[in-house]
Amino acid sequence: MSVAAPAGPASRAARRRSSPGRRRPGSRIAYLYVLPFFAVFAAFSVYPWLDTAWVSLHDVRLSTYDQMTWIGLGNYRDLFTNQFFWNAFRNTITIGIISTVPQLCMALGIAHLLNYRLRGRTFFRVAILMPYATSLAAATVIFLELFDPKLGLVNWALHLAHLPEVDWQGSKWPSQIAVSAIVTWRWTGYNALIYLAGLQAVDNELYDAAAVDGAGKWAQFRYVTLPGLRPTILFTIVVSTIGAAQLFGEPLLYHNGKSDGGTSNQFQTLGLLMYQQGWTNDRLGLASATAWTMFLIIVVAVLVNLFLARRRERAGR
Amino acid sequence: MSAQGVTPEMTTALVVPRRRRRTAAGQQLKAGWVTYLLVGIVTVVSVFPLYYTIVMASHTNAEMAAANPPWLPNGSIWHNIRLALSLAPLNQGLINSVIVSGCVTAGTVALCTLAGFAFAKLRFRGSKVLLAVCIATMMVPTQMGVIPLYMLMSKLGMAGHLSAVILPTLVTAFGVFFMRQYVASAVPDELIEAGYMDGAGPFRIFRSIVVPAVRPAMAVLGMLTFLMSWNDFFWPIIVLSSQNPTVQVSFQSLATGYAPQQSIIMAGTLYGTVPVLVVFALLGRQIVGGIMQGAVKG
Repeated sequence: MSVAAPAGPASRAARRRSSPGRRRPGSRIAYLYVLPFFAVFAAFSVYPWLDTAWVSLHDVRLSTYDQMTWIGLGNYRDLFTNQFFWNAFRNTITIGIISTVPQLCMALGIAHLLNYRLRGRTFFRVAILMPYATSLAAATVIFLELFDPKLGLVNWALHLAHLPEVDWQGSKWPSQIAVSAIVTWRWTGYNALIYLAGLQAVDNELYDAAAVDGAGKWAQFRYVTLPGLRPTILFTIVVSTIGAAQLFGEPLLYHNGKSDGGTSNQFQTLGLLMYQQGWTNDRLGLASATAWTMFLIIVVAVLVNLFLARRRERAGR
Repeated sequence: MSAQGVTPEMTTALVVPRRRRRTAAGQQLKAGWVTYLLVGIVTVVSVFPLYYTIVMASHTNAEMAAANPPWLPNGSIWHNIRLALSLAPLNQGLINSVIVSGCVTAGTVALCTLAGFAFAKLRFRGSKVLLAVCIATMMVPTQMGVIPLYMLMSKLGMAGHLSAVILPTLVTAFGVFFMRQYVASAVPDELIEAGYMDGAGPFRIFRSIVVPAVRPAMAVLGMLTFLMSWNDFFWPIIVLSSQNPTVQVSFQSLATGYAPQQSIIMAGTLYGTVPVLVVFALLGRQIVGGIMQGAVKG
């Protein structure tokens, strides 16, 4: 009780003097402004995340989720000794690479092109963003038809070019490429716009100077565009890594809504595996363990990306 | 949050002032025909799958299976759509999606603007830590929360109801960060000081000074949130039944139901996608501008 608040005009005046010219209201009121956000956020995001860790240490069934049996790290042991986990882990990495790398490379090129003085540039920008507005479900259904082994347009074109037809659903690499094509189609334009925004901050005089020095378009891209975009590129890599690690809808719908990721799990991702464990196999604890493992994988992947980028930057100097 | 959101750092990267540009209108570099050719190809690739959806939706399966598949739309489209509607609850899905996306958009914009204002212009203990925590959570995958959330919704008796989709997505960490950036750059401190001088309380200041000044950012956040919510798939498919679906969930019952005829699936997909594409066509320019500018302006 003796912690008497140093109230009174004197102390208030002192506080005012410490930050001249600033008169802010009592800080208490600010909590009222962030409260609605954090109340919803805590109840429906933070609490479930933490509870997932707790559930992952138990044996829980969907039908009787009130009865949890403590099994410690048993779920994690099951997970790491399970061949399906390692299969999904590998698939997530390979699909992640073949969807992210071409996607970001193409986005860079497109941003560079859109940065030229183009007639109808708003039209082009809106057009390349169309796939972003298309829902994942619709996009996957469309690509499922395009890649259809018998009726699809892709095999029709291959046939026309006297190339062997490809089993875009049954075999491993073709099906992974097809799933990646959906991701790439939906996100390339979006990333291109992000790069374009970054490019607007690059001084045009650099391009002029490069042109005066006789640099062609490729050299301009290599020596002006790329260095100017370095921070933006890093961040799209991080975001795409996060997105790729939780890939779910595309492979789910690519096998008609089944969570097995193809008849021999050839494109089952970690996101799909988790769904299968929880909702098909009725093992919520194991699915929770998978979810936390996914989170740790994302953290590691992001840290590795940041580390590599920083080392490169240092090497570049 | 959908798979690939926008991170705060990225927005920071976009918040680079563009004062150094010499002309407002555009670039100094002239585009040659090669540029037009390449941009044209990109445009065609972007739009073609959607166009071909129309083609497929307007033919019978037999026509599509012909040795030379058709390239132009045909008349069977209404017939196919009617069949699709009889197979999947697409209309119900559309109505539900409008309700869900509308509520989520309104909630996100309101709550995130409020919090963004506090983080940008009010000083309170722990604000930096709270903001940092909020931003760090953008790395958390959607999968992390679904199991307890599902249990929670079942306990509350909300599983299968639209409220189960709305509540958890009512706020986004990205939204708070986005609004904070914008409020910080678009509302000068002097204006707020002047408000206090005139005797206005924080809420009055929020309503009469901040909200009018950041309306463009609220619009952009609203559009992005609407698209994200409309296209959300993972959580709705878990918590909703096929009897009371959002449009994304009803696509799944269309694709996995009986009689999986390509033409009918495509007709249904088209029917459910058109509304959002129309919105996009009308607001495309603003959405592009929003993504391009992030929190700039002012």
